[in-house]
Amino acid sequence: MGSVSATTSSDVLADRLAALRRDGRRALVAYCTAGHPDRARSLALLRGLAANGADVIEVGVPFSDPLADGPVIQRSSQRALEGGMTLAGTLALVQEAALDVPVVLFSYLNPLIAAGTDVLERAAAAGVHGVLVTDLPLGADPERERWLGEGPLEFVRLVAPTTPAERLAAITAHGRGFVYLISRLGVTGESAELPADLPESIARVRAVTDLPICVGFGVSRPEQARAIGAHADGVVVGSAIVRAADTRVDAACALVRDLRTALDSR
Amino acid sequence: MSTVQIEERFGAFGGRYVPETLIPALDELTAAYRAAMADPVFTRELDDALRHYVGRPSALSSAPRFSALIGATVWLKREDLNHTGAHKINNALAQAMLAVRMGKRRIIAETGAGQHGVATATACARLGLECVVYMGEEDMRRQSLNVFRMRLLGATIVPVTSGTRTLKDATSEAIRDWVTTCPTSHYIIGSVVGPAPYPAMVREFQACVGREARAQLLERTGGLPRTVVACVGGGSNAMGIFHAFVPDAAVELIGVEAAGEGLQTDRHSASLSLGSPGVLHGALSLLLQDANGQVHPAHSVSAGLDYPGVGPEHAHLRTTGRATYVAVTDAEALEGFKLLARLEGVIPALETSHAVAWLAANRGRWSASDHILLCVSGRGDKDVAQVSEMGILAT
Ligand SMILES: Cc1ncc(COP(=O)(O)O)c(C=O)c1O
Repeated sequence: MGSVSATTSSDVLADRLAALRRDGRRALVAYCTAGHPDRARSLALLRGLAANGADVIEVGVPFSDPLADGPVIQRSSQRALEGGMTLAGTLALVQEAALDVPVVLFSYLNPLIAAGTDVLERAAAAGVHGVLVTDLPLGADPERERWLGEGPLEFVRLVAPTTPAERLAAITAHGRGFVYLISRLGVTGESAELPADLPESIARVRAVTDLPICVGFGVSRPEQARAIGAHADGVVVGSAIVRAADTRVDAACALVRDLRTALDSR
Repeated sequence: MSTVQIEERFGAFGGRYVPETLIPALDELTAAYRAAMADPVFTRELDDALRHYVGRPSALSSAPRFSALIGATVWLKREDLNHTGAHKINNALAQAMLAVRMGKRRIIAETGAGQHGVATATACARLGLECVVYMGEEDMRRQSLNVFRMRLLGATIVPVTSGTRTLKDATSEAIRDWVTTCPTSHYIIGSVVGPAPYPAMVREFQACVGREARAQLLERTGGLPRTVVACVGGGSNAMGIFHAFVPDAAVELIGVEAAGEGLQTDRHSASLSLGSPGVLHGALSLLLQDANGQVHPAHSVSAGLDYPGVGPEHAHLRTTGRATYVAVTDAEALEGFKLLARLEGVIPALETSHAVAWLAANRGRWSASDHILLCVSGRGDKDVAQVSEMGILAT
């Protein structure tokens, strides 16, 4: 297992992001869908993302009805399911990858529920550090939120541009690891342009929390990552990586390298 | 003015399992709905529209020849006589009026059979709203007449090509649109499904069906029915007719799901009979899914029942035992379609035909003095092309 998992801290994700912040660096969070395009290439991609500069890897658990995802991640999810990928398979993949960067599971609630109440412990044992649930907003299901919040994984919460200030404070108070700021209204996917009010959105979150802030949804190009790096602690890139990986793992790795260079050359 | 009941959960079921982006939109909708229902101007306008535009109250027809077959007195609650031909207009028009109140001029809807899409397009035409309807490619093929009607009414139809290309994927696409446009758009969901406040709100907008029928039966028979029967897709016509009878403990409530090619096959839509708890489209309810929590594609000859989930209140009523859910196959439903046409001169929607078929299959179950209330949720005009292609008139 990778060196990160061997540390004694229970907040590996938070520690990693804090260390980056201390060094004045910005975090690159790279997303891929487990089992996409197939298991072998998914494993190569996980390792390639880590080797080419990702600080954190978000591993998407494929789901049949990904209603927060745009066409690129929807298709990757469907392809992974056709290849037989499951949540158990995702954990096995993460374990086999033995990455030296923190791993965050990115899932819809239903596959997590179906996997049983010990799934968080199993995930931790496989080398997962954090969990993010797209369709479990604060207050939606206190019992399951407690399960996720008190388990062995750092429960990363999402905030949206529509989230009012009071709610922002409540959400971030419950979050661990980092705050995932959704950059714009809508589902995952690439955008030609970042929302003009993104700096203000980041400042609104900054005002209510000390947690690092990573910005995702619609971030795809190196210059966008660099622009966000001026305000946030990190960027999350998903669809662009998945789209590149549709054709070649190498292409996805090259994109991650370019994103890394851009983030470091602010 | 009594305040409306807006349950966030029905027992263990319901909730708001949606991306964070939608939470403020759902809060705004809940507040606007509560305020509208407490405002006599809104309720009077809604009442007026239901009466003079939709044609409410809908008739309660006796069904002498069908009753003779069943062995009890069957009453037909004629939602098929509503403007646009189904119960769907009750909800679509009310929500469109609510959208106007909220200042939202763009409407999103999903549709399976096309009835909800037609109802929403109709309401939007009347109120001057932009209307975008998501519809699975497979359903567009099955219900081409309704596609034409929606376009004629000025709606934009977006074909959905992902997943199973039916109602499930159309609903996902509609939600994706709403996540992107919620400050300016209202999503008119077509059944008692989705995140709170939708299941409670849609039930209320359909509850006129049961309230009217209860009063009509009391007036015509001096009593309450022994049994109330309705088909269940998402469950809105069933919740609409059940709601007024839930406190009447002696009244049996029967929801009829689609057994498709049979409950022993994996091609059915019987989420209440065979589903397990799961989260889809914003609510925890009973769901057709595999052991890994992946949603299992549904099947039914009737596009309006072809959905792997069901409204959370039905899951609750099943759990408490207050309502009973049964299932009827495609083949039986087609017989029901023909039966009501031949015996009563009423061509029911294929969805409704499931409820007709269940009654026919259970004839002799009641005593002659019993009254049965059947919700004729819609008319079958939309289905005649599909059914004629299947060649059932040959018999
Ligand atoms: C006539 C008719 N009945 C029933 C249904 C099923 O929906 P619900 O269960 O919400 O009433 C539909 C759906 O399209 C319909 O058109």
